[in-house]
Amino acid sequence: MSARGAAGRQGDDVRSDLHVAVELTRSGGQDIDVASRVATFYGRSIEHGAVTVLDALGVKHVRVRIDDTGALPFTIAARVEAALRRAGVERAGDARPARTVVTADPSPKTRLRRSRLYLPGNEPKFMVNAGLYQPDAVILDLEDSVHPAEKDAARLLVRNALRSVDFGAAERMVRINQLPMGFEDLDAVIPEEPDLILIPKTEQLEQVRQVHERILEIQQAAGNDRPIWLMPIIESARGVEHAYAIAKATDAVVALTIGLEDYTADLGVVKTVDGAESLFARSRLVNAARAAGVQAIDSVFGDVGDEAGLAAWARRSRGMGFEGMGCVHPRQVQVIHAAFTPSDEEIEKALQIVAAFEEAQAKGLGVVSLGTRMVDPPVVLRAQRLVAVARRSGRLPEAGRDGGTP
Amino acid sequence: MTRKGKLVANAAGRRVPMVVNGKDQAPYQGVDGFAPADAAKHGPPLRSCRDYPKTGDKRVADLRTALERCGVRDGMVISSHHHFRNGDKVALATLNAAAEMGAKDLMWFPSASFPCHEPVIDLMDRGVVHHIEGSMNGPLGEYCSRGKMRGLGVLRSHGGRWQAIQDGEVRVDIAVIAAPTADPFGNCDGSHGPSACGSLGFALADSIYADHVIVVTDNLVPFPCVPWQIQGNNVDFVVEVDSVGDPSKIVSGTTEITRSPDRLLIAEYVARLLRDSGIMRPGFSFQAGAGGIALAFVQYLKEMMQQAGVRARFVRGGSTTYLVDLLRAGLTDYILDGQTFDLAGVRSIASDPRHVPTSPFTSYNYHGKGNFASMVDAVVLGATEVDIGFNANVVTHSDGLLLHGIGGWQNCLTAGCTILALPSFRDRIPVIVDEVTTITGPSDLIDVVVTERGIAINPRRQDLLDRLRGSDLPFRPIEAIKDDVERILGGPPEKPTLSDEPVAVVKWVDGTVLDTVWRVPG
Repeated sequence: MSARGAAGRQGDDVRSDLHVAVELTRSGGQDIDVASRVATFYGRSIEHGAVTVLDALGVKHVRVRIDDTGALPFTIAARVEAALRRAGVERAGDARPARTVVTADPSPKTRLRRSRLYLPGNEPKFMVNAGLYQPDAVILDLEDSVHPAEKDAARLLVRNALRSVDFGAAERMVRINQLPMGFEDLDAVIPEEPDLILIPKTEQLEQVRQVHERILEIQQAAGNDRPIWLMPIIESARGVEHAYAIAKATDAVVALTIGLEDYTADLGVVKTVDGAESLFARSRLVNAARAAGVQAIDSVFGDVGDEAGLAAWARRSRGMGFEGMGCVHPRQVQVIHAAFTPSDEEIEKALQIVAAFEEAQAKGLGVVSLGTRMVDPPVVLRAQRLVAVARRSGRLPEAGRDGGTP
Repeated sequence: MTRKGKLVANAAGRRVPMVVNGKDQAPYQGVDGFAPADAAKHGPPLRSCRDYPKTGDKRVADLRTALERCGVRDGMVISSHHHFRNGDKVALATLNAAAEMGAKDLMWFPSASFPCHEPVIDLMDRGVVHHIEGSMNGPLGEYCSRGKMRGLGVLRSHGGRWQAIQDGEVRVDIAVIAAPTADPFGNCDGSHGPSACGSLGFALADSIYADHVIVVTDNLVPFPCVPWQIQGNNVDFVVEVDSVGDPSKIVSGTTEITRSPDRLLIAEYVARLLRDSGIMRPGFSFQAGAGGIALAFVQYLKEMMQQAGVRARFVRGGSTTYLVDLLRAGLTDYILDGQTFDLAGVRSIASDPRHVPTSPFTSYNYHGKGNFASMVDAVVLGATEVDIGFNANVVTHSDGLLLHGIGGWQNCLTAGCTILALPSFRDRIPVIVDEVTTITGPSDLIDVVVTERGIAINPRRQDLLDRLRGSDLPFRPIEAIKDDVERILGGPPEKPTLSDEPVAVVKWVDGTVLDTVWRVPG
C-alpha cells in the first residue's frame, strides 16, 4: 500500500494558501499536477517549488496534487513538506527555502515593546504585510491560534516565514506551545534566529529554565550565540503568585506578560472591559517585573471594532506601569503606540527636569530645583526614563544626535 | 472571421484596428491630440406635436407594443442604462421582446452591463444580438474575450458614450429608459419611487439624440412627475410594468468600508497625501468612488478636514452615506452626483438641494465646452494594473480577459491630481508591471500610485514632489515597489499568451482608438 499525506487548505474562502496531497509511489518519477488561480503567471514556479522540496527530501517517486490560491513560495515549500512528512517521509533533509531576509542586529534587552502583533502560525496570508503596520514586534503564534491537528504544519510555515518574510523593523517573536510540545517548536524555529520566545501558561520558574536550556543546546549545536530573549506569559492564579521568581528565572527573561482569557477562566470570573477582576493580577505582575528589572507587558484587547475602548484600556494600562500590550489586529497598533508614547506635555516637563538635574550636576549642587520647586531624585529618575522612551519612540531625536541626555 | 483587418500603431504605441464594426476609426493621437472634423452634432429626426396625443398620455400596453410602434427591425441599435445595476430587469425584457418579434442582429448599447445580463449570451448565440458596445465583465466579458461575439466590443467611458451619441458615432434607434418614477407624458425621475436609484444621468444623451425613446416604469404618477430628470418632450411611449428591477440590488442598503488592514493603510496614505500636499485647503474639491479603499479614504480625510477646519466647495460622486455625512457635517458645500450607490445617497439626493444630480454631459463629455471632471482638485481611482511608465489598465485582467467597464474612470483622469490607490499585489498577481495588458489611461494623466508598500509619484509631476517635501509619507520610485513585490512573489510573472485577433477596442474620451483587447485562447 502506498503512503498518502495531505496538508494546507482549499476552498472558496481560502486565499494565499494551497492544498497539497501526496501519494508515495514505487515508480513513475515525480508526477506533479498543479491547479492554481495564478497558473498563468506562476504555474511553473509552483511546480519548481514542489520539486525543490521533493529533491531535498530525496523523494523520487510520488504523485503530487496541488490546489493553489495564490500562495507565496515560502508557503508552498512548507505545505509540500508537511504533506510529505504526514505521508511518512522521515528522511532528514533541508527542505527550507533559501533565506531571503537578513537577520538584523540582536534586539536590545530593553528595546521598546509597546505593541506586539499576533499572527496565527498556520495562516500565511497575514504574515507578508505584517511589518507594514510598524508594530514594535510580531508574534508568530504556534499555540492557541493553531488547531491541535495542524501544529506540525504551522511549525514548518513559521520556520519558513522566519527565513523568507521581511517583518521590517519589528522584533520577531514566536509563541511556542506548552512543554513538552514546545520543545519541538523550539527545534524548528530556534535555528532561524527569532528575537524572542513567548512561553505560554508559565506557572513556575522551572518551565522558563527548561526552555532556556533547550534554546542554548540548539544554538550550541549550530554554533550560534545570538541572544534569544524570553517573555513568560502568566495565565493562572498560580503563575501570578510566582511572577517574581519566573521573572528572575534566567537572564534571558526581558519581560513578563499576562494572558487574561485564561487567567479569568482560572479564577472563574468574567473578563470585563474595565478589567476590575484582573486588577490585582496585573498590578502584581507589574510589581514583580519591576522588582526583577524586566518589562511588564499587558494582555490584548479583543474587540477590534472598539477603538475608543482600546485607547482607554491602553491608557489605564500605561498608568498601571505596563510598557505595552498585544494586538490582535493591525488597526490596534497605532492606537496602542499613541497610548504608550509620552505626550508632548509629558516630554516637555521631563526635559525641563532632566535639564535642571544636569545643570545642578554641572554646578556640583546636591539639590535639583526647577523654578521655586525642589525636585526629588525619584522624579529625576522618572523623567530620565520618560525621555528615553520618547527617544526610542521617535518622539525625540536619539541621544547623541543633539548631544542630549542619556 | 473578418476581424483581422489592418492594424496601425497609435500614439500610445498600441496596435489598433482602422475599421471597427464596419466604421472607420481614428487612432489615438495623444491626450489632447485629436481635433474633431468640422462637423455638427448628430440631429435626431424632427418630430411634431401633430403625431402625439394632445392629452400628453403616451402610455401603451406593453414593451412589445412600444417596440412595434418604434418600428423595431433587424440591425437596430437598442440602448439601455445601468441605473438599476445588478437589479435591472428592463434591458433583458426589451431584448427578449425584440427576440419574440423576430428581430435579428441588434446592437445592444448599454451604459454598462452587470452579471444579471448574462442571458444576453443566449441572445447572441441565437443571432438576436449581434454584438455589444459597452462594458462587459463576468460571463459576458469572457464570451467576448474568447472571440465568440460576432462584432467587436467597443469599450467607452461614460463621457465617451455621450460623445459617441452626440457626435453620431453611434446612432441609437431605440432607447429604453427604466424609470423609478414617471408620468404618462414621459417625464422621469430617479430619486423617488420603490425602485429609486438617484440620478438618471446616464440616460440623458439617449433621450436627446435617439430616434425613439421608450420609458418603462413601475411607479406611474399623474402628470407632472416632479422633479423631472428626463424630459417627456423627448419621449415617444410610456410602458407600465410591475417591476423595473430588484430594489435590493439597485442600491446597496449600506456601502461598506473595507476592513482589510492593507487597504485601510492605503486609504490613510491617500488622505495624508492630500493633506500634506496642500490639496486639502479651503474651497477644494475631490472625487472618490464607492470602492472599499475610496470609502475609507473619505473617512480619513473627513477627520483631517475637521482637525484643520477645512471645508470643500464640492465633492463628486458616486454618492454614498460617507459623502452625505460630509455634506451634513458642513464639510462640503455641494455633492455633484453622477450615480447614487446607497440608500443614504438616494434619500439625500431626493431631499437636499445641495446634493445635485449630474449627467455625463456636465461632468465628463470631452466634445463640449469644458466639463466638471477637469475642475476637480483630486480624484482617487482604482485599476487592475499600472506600469512603470504610469500607464494604467482597468478593463482587462492580467491574463487578458475583460474584467471591468471603464465607467467614468477615463474622464476623471483630467483632475488636478489623479491618484490610483491599489494594493501592490492581489494574491500572487502583481499590480505594478512592466507594461499594462491594455492601456485604459495614458501616463500623461496619472500622477500618483499609492500602495501599501509605498507611494510613487509620476516624475512628470515635479511640482507635486516639491509640495510634498517634508511629508513623512513613504515615497519611493515605482520601480522599487515593483522590485519589492517581485521579490515577495518569487520572481516576475510569466507572460500570458494572447492571440493576434482583436475582440474589442478601448476608446479614448475623444472617440479615437486607444488600445485593442485581444482574444484569449481557451
